[in-house]
Amino acid sequence: MDLSAINPLVLITTLMIAATPILLAALGELVVEKSGVLNLGVEGMMITGAICGFAIAVETGNPAIGMLAAMVGGAMLSLIFAFLTQILLANQVATGLALTLFGLGLSSLLGQGYVGVKPPSTPKIEIPLLADLPIVGPVLFQHDMVVYFSIFMVVVIWATLKYSRLGLVLRAVGESHDAAHALGYKVVRIRIMAIMFGGAMAGLGGAYLSLVRVPQWVDGMTAGAGWIALAIVVFASWRAGRVLLGAYLFGGVTILQLNLQAAGVNLPVEYLSMSPYLITILVLVIMSAKGGRAALGAPAALGRVFHASS
Amino acid sequence: MSDLLLDIKGLTKAYPGVVANDDVSFSIQKGEVHALLGENGAGKSTLVKMIYGLVRPDKGDMQLKAATFAPQEPRAARASGVAMVFQHFSLFDALNVAENIALGMENPPKQRELAKRITEVSQAYGLPLDPTRMVGDLSAGERQRVEIIRCLLQDPSLLIMDEPTSVLTPQEVEVLFKTLRKLREEGTSILYISHKLEEIRAICDAATILRRGKVVATSDPKTASARELAELMVGSTLHQPERATQELGDVMLEVNDLSTASASPFGTSLKSINLKVRKGEVLGVGGVAGNGQDELLAALSGESLSSANSVIIDGNPIGNLGPNDRRHIGVLSAPEERLGHAAAPDMSLTENALLTGSKRENLAENGFINWGKTREFAEKIISDFDVRTPGPSHVARSLSGGNLQKFVIGREILQRPEVLVVNQPTWGVDAAAAADIRQALLDLAAAGTALVVISQDLDELMEISTNFAALHHGHLSETRPCKGLTVDEIGLMLGGADAAA
Repeated sequence: MDLSAINPLVLITTLMIAATPILLAALGELVVEKSGVLNLGVEGMMITGAICGFAIAVETGNPAIGMLAAMVGGAMLSLIFAFLTQILLANQVATGLALTLFGLGLSSLLGQGYVGVKPPSTPKIEIPLLADLPIVGPVLFQHDMVVYFSIFMVVVIWATLKYSRLGLVLRAVGESHDAAHALGYKVVRIRIMAIMFGGAMAGLGGAYLSLVRVPQWVDGMTAGAGWIALAIVVFASWRAGRVLLGAYLFGGVTILQLNLQAAGVNLPVEYLSMSPYLITILVLVIMSAKGGRAALGAPAALGRVFHASS
Repeated sequence: MSDLLLDIKGLTKAYPGVVANDDVSFSIQKGEVHALLGENGAGKSTLVKMIYGLVRPDKGDMQLKAATFAPQEPRAARASGVAMVFQHFSLFDALNVAENIALGMENPPKQRELAKRITEVSQAYGLPLDPTRMVGDLSAGERQRVEIIRCLLQDPSLLIMDEPTSVLTPQEVEVLFKTLRKLREEGTSILYISHKLEEIRAICDAATILRRGKVVATSDPKTASARELAELMVGSTLHQPERATQELGDVMLEVNDLSTASASPFGTSLKSINLKVRKGEVLGVGGVAGNGQDELLAALSGESLSSANSVIIDGNPIGNLGPNDRRHIGVLSAPEERLGHAAAPDMSLTENALLTGSKRENLAENGFINWGKTREFAEKIISDFDVRTPGPSHVARSLSGGNLQKFVIGREILQRPEVLVVNQPTWGVDAAAAADIRQALLDLAAAGTALVVISQDLDELMEISTNFAALHHGHLSETRPCKGLTVDEIGLMLGGADAAA
C-alpha cells in the first residue's frame, strides 16, 4: 500500500468533477422541494439527460449543444411528472418512482446505437490570470464551463431564495399552498415551473456524467447519483450553500475511495465502493437526530397534494 | 347617493348540487361597518370570495365607487382597494412577519423600508408587532395583526373581515374593535362577517342576513335584539339547552402534576396540570387556540402517555394506559380535528363507528368484526344525532363539517362514557345543531358522566359548564365555579393572570 501515490491537488480537481453531476441535480431538486413538491424521479431525469446530451453531442459534434439538449430532455421528462402530480393530482412519491423507472428504460432504448461511441471532448476553460496562480490555479480555475456554471448556480439559487420576490413566492408556495392560493398566487403554475427547472438541472447533471466524467454511454450509468442528490437536499436542510458542501463531500469520498483502491489499501473493494453511501446515510442520521421536520427546515407543504377548493 | 361604496346586484353562484348564493343584493356605504350574518353554509364565504376575486359569479354585477367591479383575481381586487382578513389565516409559519406582509402586497418596498412602515402602521393603530419575528411563534391574536397590517398598508377602501374574533380573548377583541372604530372614522368601510350577535350589535352600523344563499333581511343591529337577529338567521325559534340542577357525585377524574411535551414543533407543552372532575360535573376549559388544548386532550385520551399516577380514574391510576385501554374503562374523547383525527376521512361511517366503538360496544369478537352490529351502531348514531347523510356506507369525508361533528360526538356519547373529553364540540356547527350537541352533553352529565369540555367559545362554556378553568401557555388556571364569573375575570384567566402560581 502506497498512500503517497495520492496527490491531494489532483484529488481536489477530480472531486470537483465527480461532484458536479450530483451538485446540479441536487440544486434542481432543492428548488423543486422548496416549492413543496417531492420529485423522486431525479435518477430518471438524470439518465434521460445523459443519453439526450450524449446523442445530440455525438450527432452535432458540439458538446455545448448536447448539454442544452440534455436540459431540454430532463425538463420534458419532468413535465410528465408535473402533469400527473399537479394537474391529475397523482401521488408524488409513486409518480416519482415511476418516473425513475421510465427514465431508465427510455434512456436504454434511446442509447442502443451509442454504446461504445466516443463523444466530442468538452473544452476546459482557463480563467485568465487566476489560472496562472500557483497551486490554486490548476486546481480551481482550469475546469470546463459546467463546473463553473454549477458553482454559479449555487450563488444564484441562494440569492434568489433569500433576497428576491420570486424566491419569497416560491418558499411561500412550499410552505402553505392554501395560504398562497388565498393570496392569489398561481400555485400549480409556479410548481410546474419549479419542476421543469429541476428536470433541466438533473438533465444537465446527467449529460455531465456521459460527456465529461466517464465519458461514454453505458446503460444505467447514473448508478444511483439521482438518489444521492435527493439525500443531499435533506442533508443540506434545503439550503443551497450546504448542497455544495454535501455534493463535494460525497464527491470527495468517491474519489478518495477510488484512489485508495488504486493505492492498494488492504480492504475488500466492495467496502470502499459502498463507503460514500454509508457516509451519506450516517450524515443523514446525525442531521435528522437534531429535530423534527421544521427544525430541519423542510418546506411544510412538501409532498402534499394541492387542490384549489374555493 | 354619493356615499355608496359597494353595490351588489343579483349575485348568483351555483356549485354542483347547491346554490351557494341566489340573487344576493346589498350595498355598503362609505365609512360603514356592515355585518354579514348567517349560519354555516348560508353562503357568506362564497359571497366574500366573489368580492375578493377568488370566485367568479355566475350572474349579477357589482359596482365599486360607481364603477363596474368584476375582479378576475385577488390582485385585481386589491388594486381596486378591497382587502381581506381571512378566517383561517393565510399566513406562512416559517416566514417572518415582514415576508408574510410582502407576499400580500402588489409592489412591496425593500424589506428594510417595509419593516419601518410595518412598525409605523402598527403603532398608529395600536397593534404592536415586531417585523422580524417568525409567524409560527406568534399567538393567534398577533397573527391576526399581521393580516390586518398587511391590509392597512394598502390603504383599502373596503376591508373584509371573516369571523375575526373567533380566535381572540375578550381583551384582544376590545383592541380589535378600537382599531376598527379608528378605521371607520378615517372613512374605511368594513364588511364584518360573523355569527356572534353581541359583537355585531357592538360594532356594526348595518346588517345583511343570509339564509341558504338568499338575503332574508336587512336590519339595524343597534336596535334589533340579539334574539331577533338569531331567529332571522336560523329561520326558526332557538332552543336553549337546559341544565338540570343536581348534586355532584364523587371525584371521577383526577389529574395530578401532569406535564407532557408537545408532539409538534409549534405546539405547546403542558406544565404541571392539576384538575378534578366529579361525576355529573362539566368542567369547561377555555383558552385561546394553541395554548395546550390539543395536548390536554391527548394526555387525557391516552394518545400521549404519562406516569401512571398523573391521571387517575375512579381511584385507579391510568396515566400509562393507551387509548384503547382507556376506552375499555370508559374514558372516551372527541378531538378537535374532525378529518384525520376524530375520523378517518376515506373510511365509511360504519368503519369509523368501529374504530372507537369496538371495545365498549363489543363490535369485534375473537379478532373478527361483527359488521351487522357495527352497521346498527352507526345507524343509531345517525338517527339519534340527526346526522344528514344518505347512509352509513358513505365515507366520512363526504359529510359537511357540522354533520361529521354530530357523528363524532354522537359516537362517543352513545358508548355511555364514564369520562368524556371533547375539544371544540360545536366548532363549525350551525346554531340549531350546536344546541342539540350541548343538550346531549348536558344530558350525559345529568346521567352521572364526568365531562371535560375544551372550547374557545366562551358563551358555550358559560352555558354548559359547572366549573371553569383556562389554559395559558400550557398552564391550567385554578378551577372556579361558572356562576358569578364576570367577563373581565375570564379574560384575566385566559391571559394567564394566575397561571404563574
